Amino acid sequence: MKIPFTLLPKRHHVTRRMWLGRMQKLGLFALGTYLIPSLVFAKKEDAVAAIQKIIGGAKIETQRVTLVIPPLVENGNLVVLKVSVESPMTTDDYVRAIHVIAEGNPLPNIFTAYLTPRSGTATVTTRVRLADSQRVWAIAQMSNGSFYQGYAETLVTLSACTELV
Amino acid sequence: MSKTSRTSVTVPASAKKGAIIEIRAIAQHDMESGFRYTESGKLILRDIIRVFTCSYNNIEVFKADFYPGIGANPLIIFTTIALESGTLEFKWVGDDGYEAVNQAHITVS
Repeated sequence: MKIPFTLLPKRHHVTRRMWLGRMQKLGLFALGTYLIPSLVFAKKEDAVAAIQKIIGGAKIETQRVTLVIPPLVENGNLVVLKVSVESPMTTDDYVRAIHVIAEGNPLPNIFTAYLTPRSGTATVTTRVRLADSQRVWAIAQMSNGSFYQGYAETLVTLSACTELV
Repeated sequence: MSKTSRTSVTVPASAKKGAIIEIRAIAQHDMESGFRYTESGKLILRDIIRVFTCSYNNIEVFKADFYPGIGANPLIIFTTIALESGTLEFKWVGDDGYEAVNQAHITVS
């Protein structure tokens, strides 16, 4: 038996308009998958930008800076962080500033400590918040204008800044 | 509006001249990060301590800039050289007119 063409369910037709609609949805999906990874990496770029802002295009070396944080953190709200820089701390050669930058935090800067030759040692301990498992950087700015960096990685099981009040 | 809160500092009461002494300074403060929301979805405004300074007989020996990445009740441990007897003054300055001052005396022999 021959079914008249007009009785066929309408969805079997692929009109030009429907095809355009489908292509649009597919396009949005493709755009979505393209955007999500860039959002994840945006934080890391922020950290890189923050480091660039500190060093201002100068060369940075990976020595002399030791950053200590627990490798596994249960609660990211209070993490003991110790940063020390090898330096004689004399009036000719001392650490002018230590900057601590977190890659995975909403704001990469954590703190900046300004030291003087009267500091004796370039060691600072404080308690920080970590939003995620991440790499934390410490940048030391020396009195002669050179920069040194060090980093530590940590796993955070409970993030800071997610809880509600 | 001016705010203040309790602070506490640990400085050795006496030290030999030229010795490196460890100083601990803590301030009672929530350090509201500005990234948290209330249950109704309203953003809680940032309210943190911005700057901490330590002066030894009126000469600044240590300064730190704080960002929201510093935990509540900020504790900072640093060192300085005991040069002379005198007073160490600690100052915390933050958002919303927050200011706290603390002092400690040291005898250097």
